[in-house]
Amino acid sequence: MDKQTVQKVAKLARLAITDEEADKMVSELGGILKWVEQLGEVDTDNVEPLANVANIELRLREDEITDGGVQDDVLENAPESLEGFFVVPKVVE
Amino acid sequence: MAQLIQGETGEWEIVIGMEIHAQVIANSKLFSGSATAFGAEQNSQVSMVDAAMPGMLPVLNEKCVEQAIRTGLGLNAEIHNTSVFARKNYFYADLPQGYQISQYDQPIVGEGKIEIDLPDGSTKDIGITRLHLEQDAGKSVHDQHPSKSFVDLNRSGCALMEIVSEPDIRGPEEAAAYISKIRMILRYLGTCDGNMDEGSMRADVNISVRKPGDEYGTRAEIKNVNSVKAVQQAIEFEARRQIEIIEDGGEVDQETRLWDPNKMETRSMRSKEDAHDYRYFPDPDLLPLHVSNDQIESIRETLPELPDQKKHRFISDYGLSAYDASVLIAEQSRADYYEVVANDNDTKLAANWVINELLGILNKDDKHLDDSPISAEQLGGLIALISDNTISGKIAKDVFAEMYESGKDAAKIVDEKGLKQVTDTGAIEAIIDEVITENPDNVEAYRGGKDKLFGFFVGQVMKKSQGKANPAMVNELLKKKLT
Amino acid sequence: MSNLTNLTIAEALTGLENKDFTSVELTQAHIDAMEAARNLNAFIVETPEIALEQAKASDERRAGGNAGALDGIPLAIKDLFCTRGVQTTAASHILEGFIPQYESTVTTKLFDDGVVMLGKVNLDQFAMGSANTTSYFGNVISPWKRNDGSNAELVPGGSSGGSSSAVAARIAMGATGTDTGGSIRQPASFTGICGIKPTYGRCSRWGIVAFASSLDQAGAFGRTVEDSALLLKSMSGFDPKDSTSANKEVPDFAATLDQDIKGKTIGIPKEYRVDGMPDEIEQLWQQGIEWMKDAGANIVDVSLPHTKYALPTYYIIAPAECSSNLARYDGVRYGLREDGEDLIDMYEKTRAAGFGEEVRRRVMIGTYVLSAGYYDAYYIKAQKVRRLILQDFEKAYEQCDALLTPTAPSAAFAIGENEDDPIKMYLNDVFTVPASLAGLPGMSVPAGLDKHGLPLGLQVIGRRWDEETVLQVGRAIEKSANFKAVPHTITKAAA
Ligand SMILES: [Mg+2]
Ligand SMILES: [Zn+2]
Repeated sequence: MDKQTVQKVAKLARLAITDEEADKMVSELGGILKWVEQLGEVDTDNVEPLANVANIELRLREDEITDGGVQDDVLENAPESLEGFFVVPKVVE
Repeated sequence: MAQLIQGETGEWEIVIGMEIHAQVIANSKLFSGSATAFGAEQNSQVSMVDAAMPGMLPVLNEKCVEQAIRTGLGLNAEIHNTSVFARKNYFYADLPQGYQISQYDQPIVGEGKIEIDLPDGSTKDIGITRLHLEQDAGKSVHDQHPSKSFVDLNRSGCALMEIVSEPDIRGPEEAAAYISKIRMILRYLGTCDGNMDEGSMRADVNISVRKPGDEYGTRAEIKNVNSVKAVQQAIEFEARRQIEIIEDGGEVDQETRLWDPNKMETRSMRSKEDAHDYRYFPDPDLLPLHVSNDQIESIRETLPELPDQKKHRFISDYGLSAYDASVLIAEQSRADYYEVVANDNDTKLAANWVINELLGILNKDDKHLDDSPISAEQLGGLIALISDNTISGKIAKDVFAEMYESGKDAAKIVDEKGLKQVTDTGAIEAIIDEVITENPDNVEAYRGGKDKLFGFFVGQVMKKSQGKANPAMVNELLKKKLT
Repeated sequence: MSNLTNLTIAEALTGLENKDFTSVELTQAHIDAMEAARNLNAFIVETPEIALEQAKASDERRAGGNAGALDGIPLAIKDLFCTRGVQTTAASHILEGFIPQYESTVTTKLFDDGVVMLGKVNLDQFAMGSANTTSYFGNVISPWKRNDGSNAELVPGGSSGGSSSAVAARIAMGATGTDTGGSIRQPASFTGICGIKPTYGRCSRWGIVAFASSLDQAGAFGRTVEDSALLLKSMSGFDPKDSTSANKEVPDFAATLDQDIKGKTIGIPKEYRVDGMPDEIEQLWQQGIEWMKDAGANIVDVSLPHTKYALPTYYIIAPAECSSNLARYDGVRYGLREDGEDLIDMYEKTRAAGFGEEVRRRVMIGTYVLSAGYYDAYYIKAQKVRRLILQDFEKAYEQCDALLTPTAPSAAFAIGENEDDPIKMYLNDVFTVPASLAGLPGMSVPAGLDKHGLPLGLQVIGRRWDEETVLQVGRAIEKSANFKAVPHTITKAAA
């Protein structure tokens, strides 16, 4: 774990990060990752990954319109909205 | 007919693979109960789930799963009994969750294959790599304000099928043929309306070039090509661009590029590149999707006859040319129309009339077959009158024009206008005698050996009968009388 | 009528039914307690007006003879549950001012049974923490003090520290909590109350701000096992809006509570004996084993060989899921927005300013372990170990009906302790995380005091869907332990 990696990960996570924070993170993340790497000791050959412990079948929904039509509620908490749209700073492509 | 293009260093082959995003026909969204109709007021078809409010959870729409399976079967593809929804993580203003729920290493549909029809009447197989279900994003409007974008989430969460092809496509024509065939199949299946203007079908094109026989070159992915024409233009441009780079000793970058229909060029989308690590992982809010073979079979039983099956049946049962057959099956309604016209009629004659006369004039007035003033039964009636010699092909064209105007039946027009063909020997002989007495010199000349004049006599007779005399009888009787 | 705040929920329901007092009186007594104990910083938002309105409506229902199962009982709601019209923040700056236009399924069920909401209680930010020291709205303070005269302010445990503090301090009769790696059981242990996390899928997650979706479960705090059972019953049940919610009958937990555990087999996992664990916890555990024997249960030693790998597994899976779950906090549709010169700049500034240090740390770890090149080494590896941990429990349950362990490796510590190294803090959950990874029901019951007079809890872990046995064993501990100690805030009040 080095500063460059920390900055790249912060970019991926969309977190502004100062130089000082990046330095601090290098050791903190480094330490945590080193600690979790003890999993390397565990023999997991031909063990299936376990994604969810809910031992039920996925339920499917009927194709019915049961929601929506609540423009006001959807926009209620918006930091900025106009004429039914959310408004954001321009995306620079 | 993999068409090659000429560069300075010789011929190049264009290698194309496509990702088509097709919006699934369903009343509600993939994971929420909001409506999917096109063109609603902004953010009026958005639920708390679609807006990714805190604590909201996805629940899968069974119809979308059926539609994906149905489409997979239509693409002759393998349906997976188990598939997994995964999160594709990236930030964008119209991606409320900060991730798209998609399918990654376990899609619902695996490998398949379709047949595309090329302009020269030949066909080619194109491999399908996979089809997976995923959420659509919302829409950002960038051109309304100098420094702000406006976000509408109506489309956010609508179900898409991403159909990925093998890199089997060579050149713009094949690309166009591939898109139209996919579109045709989806429309036959009723799983997507294929409407590219409304964005319910969108294509991303992966293009690379190579010298024939070489390894694949580095590919660029072209986004935002939203019409068949645009796809062709984008391929033309991008192939040329890549060939120039290579021939100038450069290297093609693997990147995402945007088609600009106004500048007619592709341009790099670096901004999308910089954070290109989607961190796919199984969505912990959902469980693996299981579909049984019974479910798959019961869906298979409801499949309609698909374009290729129909085409081959038209060729074998109706004796049509591959070209005519593919024109007629291009749309289900067109094929159905034709089959009614051809019923108890000369099938080839029926095909000519549907394709050349009816589609011709509808095209001219840019009308769709559904609003044709002439019903299939009516056109069949007209063709029957030709077949039983009630009217000649020439008269039939006038009758057709009249039918198109008035919507009347052919038979009705024929009596009203008295266009019934004259087949009574006496009547025709009477006309012939008139013509002979009116043209003594020509009769002389003909009998003197000027055979070319025969046509002149036929013309005279037909003219006097206002085209109604049966041409075959006119010929026969004239020969008798003139010799 | 300050003694109203010392009643259990069961006692209060009887009193209400007997018209000894009204819900308005009961509620007012707790509102007074809430205001008197503001120094604990247990509440982010107090809702006394709503509470009194609900209490009035409750009294009318009761008068009309149609009171619900918990009608008129004043509770504290963890500020992770979205409540329609009442600010819901997950104790974060990024959600400050967010007013949900919807009600979580769990709080809906509670309100349907007639409960009264005193307010939204504090927690570790986005439920990430074990001491309630990561809240944007300040630390929560435990009502307990060490008896060594030191006036150190102690942590109430976390993440549900506002819930545990409020219930222990007799501000609320009970509280909702959520438990991802121990966030109900460890605070319960630290504050001398009961806390139960049911089987994953028992309570709907719909409307609960997500931390780690495959681990998050709602649960209940009560001062008795019976109160916990009553609350859990009300909170539980199938929800078609949550794809991981199980369509299962919810037993009447309180009804079977006193079935004795004679003949049941209790497993003692030897791997829970960790180095550095205080003797008094070891002793308490032994004591618990004796109580089980006295109650007629059989004791067996069982082995959960992968126990020591549970924490590292958890600290890959939970951050990975949270890094994705927290991507929606982007300043576009709700919550905080910091200005930026373009969209990306706005995102980065908003998220940096809106998330606290621990949240940012976990988002970073999660982003890293999911990123290209590390996914298999970290995330997939952790998912494989998670399966081995589940299999450990399944094997153990071939030999026993429930497991008995300490809840936490220590009693409550002072605010500021264990802050120097994140891993030190993470170790608090060493005994609670394994059951979370396996999705099993677990409960902490107060069982004794340490040498400083601070509460210590014992944990009961049950089979999937077998909360009934967990509660019965918990009840047996409760009877034997006869835990009567109360926080100094109460003794002071009484004196
Ligand atoms: Mg794609
Ligand atoms: Zn896609």
